[in-house]
Amino acid sequence: MGDYRELWSNLGMDLDKHDILCEALPEAFGSIYLTQENRPENMNYFNYALAEVHGARIEEINEAKANGKKVVGTFCVFVPDEVILAAGAVGVGLCSGSQFWIEDGEKVLPRNLCPLIKAFVGAKVSRTCPYFQSSDMIVGETTCDGKKKAYEIVEEYMPVHVMELPQMKREKNYEQWKDEIKLFISRMEELTGNKVTVENLKKAIDLVNRKRRALKRLYDLRKNTPSPISGLDALLVTQVAFLDDIERFIENTNALCDELEERVKNLEPTGKKRIMITGTPMAVPNWKLHSIVEGLDAEIVVEETCTGTRYFEGEVSTEGDTIDDLLKNLADRYMNINCACFTPNNDRTEDIIKYAEEYNVDGVIYYNLSFCHTYAIEYKKVENALAEKSIPLLNIETDYSEEDSGQIKTRVEAFLEMIGSGEKLHTVS
Amino acid sequence: MYYVGIDIGSTASKVSVFDDQELIFNIVMPTGWNSVDTSNKIKEELDKNKIDLENAKVVATGYGRISVPYADKTITEITCHGKGAYYLAGKDMMTVVDIGGQDTKIINIENGRVTNFLMNDKCAAGTGRFLELMANTLGVTLEEMSYMALKGEDLNITSMCTVFAESEVISLIGSGAKREDIARGVINSIIGRITTLLNKQGIRGDVYLTGGLCELASFIQLLSEKIDRKVNTSSLARYAGSIGGALLAKNI
Ligand code: SF4
Ligand code: SF4
Repeated sequence: MGDYRELWSNLGMDLDKHDILCEALPEAFGSIYLTQENRPENMNYFNYALAEVHGARIEEINEAKANGKKVVGTFCVFVPDEVILAAGAVGVGLCSGSQFWIEDGEKVLPRNLCPLIKAFVGAKVSRTCPYFQSSDMIVGETTCDGKKKAYEIVEEYMPVHVMELPQMKREKNYEQWKDEIKLFISRMEELTGNKVTVENLKKAIDLVNRKRRALKRLYDLRKNTPSPISGLDALLVTQVAFLDDIERFIENTNALCDELEERVKNLEPTGKKRIMITGTPMAVPNWKLHSIVEGLDAEIVVEETCTGTRYFEGEVSTEGDTIDDLLKNLADRYMNINCACFTPNNDRTEDIIKYAEEYNVDGVIYYNLSFCHTYAIEYKKVENALAEKSIPLLNIETDYSEEDSGQIKTRVEAFLEMIGSGEKLHTVS
Repeated sequence: MYYVGIDIGSTASKVSVFDDQELIFNIVMPTGWNSVDTSNKIKEELDKNKIDLENAKVVATGYGRISVPYADKTITEITCHGKGAYYLAGKDMMTVVDIGGQDTKIINIENGRVTNFLMNDKCAAGTGRFLELMANTLGVTLEEMSYMALKGEDLNITSMCTVFAESEVISLIGSGAKREDIARGVINSIIGRITTLLNKQGIRGDVYLTGGLCELASFIQLLSEKIDRKVNTSSLARYAGSIGGALLAKNI
């Protein structure tokens, strides 16, 4: 990584503290990622993107800022990137996947809160996330109670716009979300001084759809047995998607897919168990569960999470000639995301069962960040539904710390042994 | 050929050896601080018993399973306990309760195969370690405490956390509560935890207790009363993990 100290210092970052983070990251990345065998050539781009996550990309974003662009940070896949792009701003999905920020987060938040929330607040409070520091505004949403209230704290540090996400999916809720997107457009227009038009909104929709398509293509390739790419690598690609320049991301993801398409032509069976992850998001650099699972005789072939299918499934239609038409298209696409914040949320269970078949999985691991109540409660429904289909399921509730890695490894190992014992399995509830 | 199962638990290490016909012996020893030392000691014991490792298949299990350099394979304690309990009880459908030093496991098994499991390993509450600590605080052995409990009246120990429970017990002693009652309270608190886990996981078939508490008759009696079912076990049940490991060594 080049020397970015001046840039960081201009962003008002706490350099000494940030140095600690910068030291730890390459080490973790090296031991988890670079030790994998037989990685696709084209992962090099994503290695580079990660290595430069606090460097070149920040420089690029700040160049855009110098040219008058605004930067907007988001935390949830419900916030429509299309609006940010149409208003001529840069959108970044903030990471908050590191234990590093927890301590600072706990200075201002209760301890018994989801680590994702503690980390993003900690990152802001400690001034160690260059994306946060580069952002002109943060867009929050009323998804879970923890996030909803945490934005009030972040607001003391920087401008925040909160979108009110409905909690149900009735007709009127679609209308509500459409209205919220409309309000978001006004706020973005105010921030950037640019007008959102049918033309630029259509262009933005098209761009984001192409990004979704690239990711979908990658995931479709993982349906092969064995998968031509490790779960760790695929997760990295998705994580980079939240931060990277979109055109460049699409190009490199497609190049990766071209390579993988060649690969699948002569893959030898490995006998590895095929695992689906379902549950809460895994933000950079949260590679904990993937590295445990893939350190054993298994491969992760799909993530039904917000750093997985929920991020890219379903495109936004570009049909229509008015802003109102496009708003409706946006609302329809986004309201189709099946997050546990909604009640009821039965479609998520159906998605899991559908993916289990499509990706030909041997078992499902339910990944629950500690203190995420909505997903934790929804476990029971998923458990019952999967038991009915005889799909083995393991529940892992954890945070970002490494303390419980040994125990998680034992559980996953036992789970794989259980799947491996062959006979028809069923779970008991 | 010999088949050796080595179960390095957090408190005790167990070894079981089969020849081509049957189980020939078991050994138990404290794990101590260092599981590598323990695995060396086990090797000496095997030597003494004339088990030549050249002529043996070894499976290591338990939380120290990776510290046995001469093992041919490592298998988790969950799979091994399931297999071992099936060998000992021979029931098609059973629910194994394994109370270890550091964790408690509920394992559903069908014909010796694990169909589901639940592990409580986040804290010491509900584990063997909890009971040991409380017995220490009362100044008695585990056996004595469990025997005392039978004669006591229930007394509510409210703290789930081992550290708080310990100070609670100390202040109960200070306030002159009967030690039998305190013992009963301690045992009931762990039984409560186990019952919660059992209900969460679902009991299918016979309940079978494995682990170091398998010979505490009074504990077993109180547990059966609470869950209103017979709790089966045997004096060999503390070796369920190593027996299962040895049996699985036959497949290598
Ligand atoms: S899990 Fe729900 S709240 Fe969290 S990022 Fe995903 S959609 Fe948003
Ligand atoms: S993981 Fe759960 S608790 Fe955490 S931010 Fe997302 S919805 Fe909220």
